[in-house]
Amino acid sequence: MARLPWWLRDLIYLVFLVGLLVALSYGLDSLPIGGMAYYNRIIVLMGVNITLAVSLNIINGHAGQFSLGHAGFMAIGAYFAAFLTVTFFSPYVDKLPADSTQQWIAQNSALVVAMIAGGTLAAIAGYLVGLPSLRLRGDYLAIVTLGFGEIIRVLILNIDQIGAARGLSGIPKWSNFFWVFLLAGITIMISWRLVNSSVGRAFLAVREDQIAAEAMGVDTTKYKVKAFIIGSFLAGAAGGLYAHYMMYLNPTMFMFDKSFIVVAMVVLGGLGSISGSVVAAIILTFLPEGLRPVKDLLPASMAGRDPRMVIYSLMLIALMLTRPQGLFGRRELWEVLTRRKDSTGGKRDEKSGPPVS
Amino acid sequence: MNDNAPILQANGVTIRFGGLTAVSNFNFEIRAHELVGLIGPNGAGKTTLFNMLTGVYKPTEGTIMVSGQPTAELKPYEITALGVARTFQNIRLFKELTVLDNVKIGGHIHYKYSGTSAVLHTNRFHVAEDEAEAEALKLLDIFDLRDRAESYAKNLPYGDQRRLEIARALAAKPKLLLLDEPAAGLNDSETHALMETIHDIRDRFDIAILLIEHNMELVMGICERIVVLNFGKTIAVGTPDEIRANDAVIEAYLGEPAEAAHL
Repeated sequence: MARLPWWLRDLIYLVFLVGLLVALSYGLDSLPIGGMAYYNRIIVLMGVNITLAVSLNIINGHAGQFSLGHAGFMAIGAYFAAFLTVTFFSPYVDKLPADSTQQWIAQNSALVVAMIAGGTLAAIAGYLVGLPSLRLRGDYLAIVTLGFGEIIRVLILNIDQIGAARGLSGIPKWSNFFWVFLLAGITIMISWRLVNSSVGRAFLAVREDQIAAEAMGVDTTKYKVKAFIIGSFLAGAAGGLYAHYMMYLNPTMFMFDKSFIVVAMVVLGGLGSISGSVVAAIILTFLPEGLRPVKDLLPASMAGRDPRMVIYSLMLIALMLTRPQGLFGRRELWEVLTRRKDSTGGKRDEKSGPPVS
Repeated sequence: MNDNAPILQANGVTIRFGGLTAVSNFNFEIRAHELVGLIGPNGAGKTTLFNMLTGVYKPTEGTIMVSGQPTAELKPYEITALGVARTFQNIRLFKELTVLDNVKIGGHIHYKYSGTSAVLHTNRFHVAEDEAEAEALKLLDIFDLRDRAESYAKNLPYGDQRRLEIARALAAKPKLLLLDEPAAGLNDSETHALMETIHDIRDRFDIAILLIEHNMELVMGICERIVVLNFGKTIAVGTPDEIRANDAVIEAYLGEPAEAAHL
C-alpha cells in the first residue's frame, strides 16, 4: 500500500495549514478596509468560538454528556496561561532585543507553552468534573457542570494574585489570527479523527445507550471522562489564546451565559455535527455584530435603543422551532448537501429526530 | 484450559429486591458448544437472571463464575471481555448510528487503540480499523445485512433489527452468547428462520448459547437442554422430552394442578 508514514502525512497537512494561515493573515492585514482592527477582532473571536464549540461538541454531541461548564474550562486555561506569561515569560521576552528573531521565537514558543499549560490545567479540571458524571445523567450533570463553572469564576474572583475582581491585565498581545485558527484547525482535526475511530465510536455508543455500550465491552465511565478531558483541554487552550489576544481578563468574561452561548452553538449546528458547530460558531459570533446597523432603521421615537440582542434571540428561537435537530442534525455539512443522491440510493434515510432523546 | 470446563457457572444465585425474591438459589452451568433454553412464564425471573449473568445486577447471594473467574467484583464491560455477549429483550441498538458502526462497536474490545493513535492516524490505527471493518462486514454478510451497512439502525425493519443485535453481540467474539427473547415480536416464519440461524451460529462460531424464549415448542426444537424457571425457582432441568413430560412445568404453564390438566 502506498500509504505515507503517518508523521510525514500529518506534517504535510500541518505545513499546508500553516502556509494557508500565514497567507490569510497577511492578506487580512493588507486589505484596504478602514477599521480593520474591528473586523480582525470579530474574526479572531470566531476562531476562538469555533474551538470552543467543536470541543464542547465532543462532550455534548458525541459522548452525550450535557455539560454547561465550558466557560469554566476556558477560564482556567485563560487565567493559567495569562498568569504564566505575566509572571514568567513576559519579563524574559522583554529582556531580549526588541524585534529580533530571538525575541520572536521566544515569544511564540512561550505562547505555545502557556497555551498547552492552560489546556492541561483545564483538562485536570475536566477529569475532576468528568468523574461525578459516572453517577449523574442528563439534567443532573448539567447542573453540576453549571455549578462547576460558577465555582471557578468565584474562585478566580477571590484569588488576588490573578487580579481578583480587578481582572488580570498586562498580558502581552502574542496571540493573533494565525494562532487562533491554527488551534481551531487542529481542534477540528482531532475531533474529526476521534469520531471516526474506536474511541469516537465508544463516545457515540455511550450517548446512544449506556447499558448496551457496557454490554458491548465499552467502559462507559472511562470514555465519559476521556471526552471531558479532551474537550476541556481544547477549551482551556482556546482560553489561553483568548487571553493573549484580549490582553486583559476579568471573571465577568466567564459568566455562565458564556457557557450557554457555546451550548447554543453546538445545539444550533446540530448535536454531534462537527461542521455544524463550526458554522454555528461563525454565525453566532457574527450575528450580534452584523445586527448593529439595525438600530439605524428604527423610527426617530426609538432613537438610541439597540434592538440587536432582541433580534438575535428571536432568530435563535425561530431557528430552533423550525429545525429542532439543529442546522445539520447529526450529520456533517457535506452529507446534508449530498442528501438527495443518498436517499435515491436507498441508503441513509433522512428522518433525523430531535437531538435529545 | 480444559476444553470441557464450564464457560459459565452459577452457584446458589439469589437476588432480592426489597421483600421480593426475584431469583432464588439458581444453580447452572454451561459448557462449550451447548445450546440451552431458559423458559418460564412471565415474571419468572429470566431477564433478571440474564442481568445478573452479565453483571448489570449483582446477586444478593451466590456466585457466578465466567471461565472460572468470579464476576462479583466485575463491571458489565469486564464480563463482556471474559467472553459473554448478550442481546436485549427490548432491542437496544445504537439507533442513530449506522448498521456497520453498530457491529464495529460490538467488536470494541478487540480493536482498541489509544486516542493518540486515533488522532495521529498511526499504523496501529489503520491496522485495527481495517480489521474491524473486515470483521464487521463479514458478520453483516452472514446476517444478510451488508446492503444496509450504511443505513441507520433505527431505519431497519424490526426483524432486521433483531438480527443486527445478534450480529453486534457476535462481533465481541464471545464464548457464550445470551439471547433474550430473540424471537419476540416476530411472526411464525421469521421465528423459524431465526431459530435456524441461531442453530447455525452455534456451529459456525463454535460458541455456547443460552436462550430465553417464551415459545416452548421452538425452544424444544433447537435446545439440547432446557431450564425452567417459575417465580424465581428452578422447577425443572432436562432434555426437551423430559421437560415436556414434567408435571411441574405443565402446572406452571397451565396454572393448575397436573392431575386437573390431564382430565
